[in-house]
Amino acid sequence: MASGIKDKVAILGMGCSQFGERWDKDSPDLMAEAFDEALLDAGVERNQIDAAWYGCCTDSVNVGNSAIPASTALRLDGIPVSRMENMCATGTEALRGATYAVAAGAADIALAIGAEKLKDTGYGGLPPVFKGNFNELWLPLGSAPAGFAQLAHGYEHKHGVSREDIKQAMAHISWKSHQNGTLSPKAHLRKAVSMETILNAPMISDPIGLFDCCGVSDGAACAIVTTPEIARSLGKSDLVSIKALQLSISSGMESTTNSWDGSHVRNTRIAARRAYREAGIDKPREELSLIEVHDCFSITELVTMEDLFLSEEGQATRDVMDGFYDRDGGVPCQTDGGLKCFGHPIGASGLRMAYEIYSQLLDRAGERQLDSPSIGLAHNLGGVPYLSISAISILGLM
Amino acid sequence: MSSSGITGFGAYIPRLRIQRSLIADAHAWMAPSLRGAAKGERAFCSWDEDAITMAVEAGRDCLSGIGVESIESVALVSTTLPFADLQNSAVVSSALQLKASTESMDIAGSQRGGTSGLSRALQSEKSCLIIGSERPVAKPASAQELAFGAGAAAITTGSKDVIAGYLAGATVTANFVDHFRAAEEKYNYYWEDRWVRDEAILKLVPKAAASALDQAGISVRELDHLIMPPVQRNAAQAVARKLGFEGKLADELKQNCGYTGAAHPLLMLAGVLEEAGAGEYILLIGFGQGVDAILLRTTEHLAAHQPMRGVKGSLADKLDTCDYLRMLSFYQGIELDWGMRSEKNSKTMLSAQYRTLNQTAGFNAGRCAQCNTIQFPQLQYCVNDGCRAPSEQFENISLVDEPCKVFTFTNDWLSYHPAPPLNVGFIQFDNGARVSMEMVDAGAGGLAVGVPMRIVFRIKEIDWQRCYRRYFWKATPELIKED
Repeated sequence: MASGIKDKVAILGMGCSQFGERWDKDSPDLMAEAFDEALLDAGVERNQIDAAWYGCCTDSVNVGNSAIPASTALRLDGIPVSRMENMCATGTEALRGATYAVAAGAADIALAIGAEKLKDTGYGGLPPVFKGNFNELWLPLGSAPAGFAQLAHGYEHKHGVSREDIKQAMAHISWKSHQNGTLSPKAHLRKAVSMETILNAPMISDPIGLFDCCGVSDGAACAIVTTPEIARSLGKSDLVSIKALQLSISSGMESTTNSWDGSHVRNTRIAARRAYREAGIDKPREELSLIEVHDCFSITELVTMEDLFLSEEGQATRDVMDGFYDRDGGVPCQTDGGLKCFGHPIGASGLRMAYEIYSQLLDRAGERQLDSPSIGLAHNLGGVPYLSISAISILGLM
Repeated sequence: MSSSGITGFGAYIPRLRIQRSLIADAHAWMAPSLRGAAKGERAFCSWDEDAITMAVEAGRDCLSGIGVESIESVALVSTTLPFADLQNSAVVSSALQLKASTESMDIAGSQRGGTSGLSRALQSEKSCLIIGSERPVAKPASAQELAFGAGAAAITTGSKDVIAGYLAGATVTANFVDHFRAAEEKYNYYWEDRWVRDEAILKLVPKAAASALDQAGISVRELDHLIMPPVQRNAAQAVARKLGFEGKLADELKQNCGYTGAAHPLLMLAGVLEEAGAGEYILLIGFGQGVDAILLRTTEHLAAHQPMRGVKGSLADKLDTCDYLRMLSFYQGIELDWGMRSEKNSKTMLSAQYRTLNQTAGFNAGRCAQCNTIQFPQLQYCVNDGCRAPSEQFENISLVDEPCKVFTFTNDWLSYHPAPPLNVGFIQFDNGARVSMEMVDAGAGGLAVGVPMRIVFRIKEIDWQRCYRRYFWKATPELIKED
């Protein structure tokens, strides 16, 4: 294996806009909100940025194609700006681009920014995605929850877990994120919700109910990265560095052959193994201080706990119900509310997860601050469980 | 007497049924008299069924024991073809994977088309497949809304292994307008039943029938079966009395299907062929702007050439529904608010459709020549990560008749779907292929992991902006659970 990215790149500054229904703001406003915070945090000027990666997923709303909207919004004159799009993993992809540029020595200071303006569609939920000339001819219709809901059957069948137990665990996952959301000022949803409300919500795609779905939000998040040496030369002492950045994408095996059991996301497992190796983590359940995972739907978070090798296979429902992933549990998960409550402006989400880990590591998380965290993992998942883009970043104190 | 005749048959009736009383009850406030005719149940098409999809299903049923290799000509008969200028039978031909050299033809414009098409096929030198398929649309609260059904029947003709020999045929053409529908109109317009009965049914049918019987030298008393489609109530009884026919009137399929226009004589014929013994005489009548009469006699091959499903199987394979508004919506009789998600652009890229017909129309998976992995879609390299052989070496394996089961599924209430919830999930084929598919006609609670499914040809999406529709294959439970 290549020597990897560990400790080659440090985060100089980060920013995150208020997430939510930002009726009065357009995408460039949101980008500027996150960018201003990151510049201030980094202590650099925009003309010190050598290159930028801009992530946004949806073309049907937001600002359209290319990196030009980001370049003009942030007035990044003349530097290379690239647009990243890799479905819900877009934000982590932007971070990966900037990180690799710095590690390669192609840039001293690089910017990663993700933004999405979803609340201009006129309805709740995500807009339908064009699947491609050929795929549109045969792939069935289906919403995002329909893709993830199918995990429930696979999981039940493989582990002999009842639908009731899965629903309870799913509800606890959402309940916990709502609890965390109350302590998260920039989150979209900041109200606690009872287990009863969650369990009795209208069905969206069996077994996913309304409260099993994450918030569909407007928002932007941003990171400025550099080398640890430059960061120190700019006066930074407490450095958060990137320990691992891994991506794994399906080649069609799960959806085309009978080799996949339907109970897990294969690419998350592949990316997790690689990321732990890159970061030098042997026992993630014991070593990780916190995690931010891609809880687009509560069932996704449930299986992700096993895909990240935190829960033993078939034990995630028990760990969830035991509160192991609650804010006061063994591995706190979604301390900022997660996609569920912080919200999910697609292109921004991977960077928003990194922002929460960065904030926790630097003791800036306010009311929700954990006790002395040292390393955290962000898991960002695009596509559907059987055709997925799994992105994992591990951030830690240097 | 010719040596040609019928060599096979098949049928399809949509799974969806509704009690006629439910339709009549909905209209009772303004048309209480409908209740008098509201007996039994009728079949109706789901939103994704039309004359093309039903024709494909009937064709498959018919060809199950015959194969596609021998077919030299296909004709699709219907007055409710989805396309006015696009050969509908070519769509059917590609879904049935008939040879490219097979002639194809649409026969439209009259409810007599079924028998006219059959008559031509019986007089042809070629091995023909003729399919009558109809999705008749009736104005809400009309008598036809109760009388109509939907369905298709397929008949093959030729000179080998004939199951019903062709003895004679006669036609009387008359510009008799019992009803009509202008080219751009949605509903039929009808003249008085009594005039139609007295001036056409009781005058023209006996004339054509007598001509056919005379040609064959058969007397009406020798006839075993009279197939007179129910173009109006008691038409068959009136014709039988007039002819002096004392044999068995063919089942009109009124109780559990309803009238299927141009397809109906062929559907009734299929029903008769399921019941008849060898050596029986059948007189088949088609009515519309005149009359066709076709005289057939069954042979000893009949018993061995029964379809997989047939009419009997189609009638039994049903899903009871109780929402009249569902049927009305499927037939565009009511405009419902489907929300902004239904505004999706559904334009079909016709060039992409053509270059992928092997996969989309034939549902052909590829079998890798190196590792034997069967995979759909067929992409550039084998999906098996130990192989990756190029797809040029793949062999086509159609999934259409491959046994399969539900691997995962969900009921999606969020997506726009004309028959919510959208049932979607993975279908696992016994040969190893796995495909994400839409699942249809399952009924409440009809799906479960492991449930055996079968593959059906359906409308994939309708582009209402350009009025194009594209087709693909979906999965449906092999058996409908009894309540």
